[in-house]
Amino acid sequence: MLLITCPHCGPRPELEFTHGGEAHIARPENPAAMNAEDWTEYLYMRANPKGLHAERWRHLHGCARFFNALRDTTTDQFVATYATGQPRPDLKGAGQ
Amino acid sequence: MVDLVTHASPMARHVLRGRPAALEAAQGALGFALPRQACRAASKGDVHALWLGPDEWLILSGVSDGLAERLEDAMGAHPHALVEVSDRQIGLVISGAEAEAVLSVGCPLDLGLDAFPVGMCTRTVLAKAEIGLWRTGPNTFHLEVWRSFEAYVRQFLAAAAVVPA
Repeated sequence: MLLITCPHCGPRPELEFTHGGEAHIARPENPAAMNAEDWTEYLYMRANPKGLHAERWRHLHGCARFFNALRDTTTDQFVATYATGQPRPDLKGAGQ
Repeated sequence: MVDLVTHASPMARHVLRGRPAALEAAQGALGFALPRQACRAASKGDVHALWLGPDEWLILSGVSDGLAERLEDAMGAHPHALVEVSDRQIGLVISGAEAEAVLSVGCPLDLGLDAFPVGMCTRTVLAKAEIGLWRTGPNTFHLEVWRSFEAYVRQFLAAAAVVPA
């Protein structure tokens, strides 16, 4: 089992968390003005990188708050976790 | 052997959420400071405030002691949420020298006194149920269990406490 560091509660077992998809995807200001292709891009298209991936996680069985995490998709290592609203840490190459 | 599970005395339960101005006012009515450190509880008399999240606390108090009304009056116009959950949860008390070991059968947290000291509280999981876990003494834990999970939690703990022959 992984230990995931919640920004509020500290290191906690993976069982307490749920995954929330890719982070830093802003909902468009005015969806009604968008064409179908742009809306599809927002709704469905994801980076799916091999390597560091910024993701939303929720400490469901804990403080119940969403936060963001940088996880390496090749090693499953959590490189950093940070509160929602903060920018993605610049950690190119970390966790490799 | 653990004097396993007993019911906690009846109490009123409220979940409090709010911004700093509302919390300041609430503390006036509570008579003590809400714990701001993550996963810590604070108490005065039979009123307890358990940290659940950065802006969320579980307030335990005596039944019909009027605390909720006093909190509402104190917070007044400040935006806040004070939701009664008295009947949603059941308080269970586990005490005995082996309480920590029995809980550890189903709870993935490190429950050693260094990692989970007296006064620490958190939501977590016990086997397949979510629980609120609060250490009230070195060998005593208070569990807040959603009432439909009570039978499951009690039976799980009873099974966990059986020492193989």
